[in-house]
Amino acid sequence: MTHINIAGLEVGQVIGTTEFLLTRDSLVRYAGASGDFNPIHYRDDFAQSVGLDGVLAHGMLTMGAAVQVAVDWVGDAGKVIDYGVRFTKPVFVDAQDGAVLVVTGKIGEIDAENGEVRIDLTAVFNETVVLGKAQARVRL
Amino acid sequence: MVNVNVQGKKYPATNPYLVGREKIREFAHAVKSTNPINLDVFAAQAAGYTDVVAPPTFAVVIQERSLATVLNDTEADIDFSRVVHGDQRFIHARPIVAGDELVSVLEVASVKSLGAHSMVTFETKIFAEGDELVCTAISTLVVRGGE
Repeated sequence: MTHINIAGLEVGQVIGTTEFLLTRDSLVRYAGASGDFNPIHYRDDFAQSVGLDGVLAHGMLTMGAAVQVAVDWVGDAGKVIDYGVRFTKPVFVDAQDGAVLVVTGKIGEIDAENGEVRIDLTAVFNETVVLGKAQARVRL
Repeated sequence: MVNVNVQGKKYPATNPYLVGREKIREFAHAVKSTNPINLDVFAAQAAGYTDVVAPPTFAVVIQERSLATVLNDTEADIDFSRVVHGDQRFIHARPIVAGDELVSVLEVASVKSLGAHSMVTFETKIFAEGDELVCTAISTLVVRGGE
């Protein structure tokens, strides 16, 4: 039930790039939606008191936004059957300018027999890759 | 230090969580989803689902309920103020859909020491009614040691 023909895919092929602007507003919204109210995600004074440079995005927000590249490609959020990341670098969110996260998805592996594709995601903030081994397996 | 003896410890099932349509929409907007399957009931139904589908990371909301139990467990001795999220994975047997009533069962899969730090891996199994496994959420927290 997708528009994608698995036989036409190649490993290494870029499936899309999306730029996400994460602002303080995004963090408050994610805090409310997820129930993660750790103040390091909305209070500079608190973040600094625990040794951080400032407020940082929830790792789970970065993870949740990054997978949208795979979701948009496959067209159905329900087709992401396995998704994992490592949180390797913080995303600091400036009070005025926010933070720009650029996510690129590439085909990492093709399993034609089961109709599944692994999408490897690269999430970059401030010229630094912030997620490690970000891989989403989708069922076509 | 995290108590290594809690490795293998299982925590009782959480109170049932009823997945609401508006909660899914709220979460979808928060993770910047524009996918109609997350937002539009008719689009989701046209794709064969009974209602809107949760984004792939929504299961974290359920996982957190189990994790809260562990963080309140004095035997585990996890200092939440020293916790950093190390990695996260969601393996879905099927997507979570609005209307699902879910419970989660958490097991401490491993506790490892790295110098003064501890790495704790949790495996949370999320079940719908009738013990149907919907998602396995695997989370590793790094607990920084004291000075």
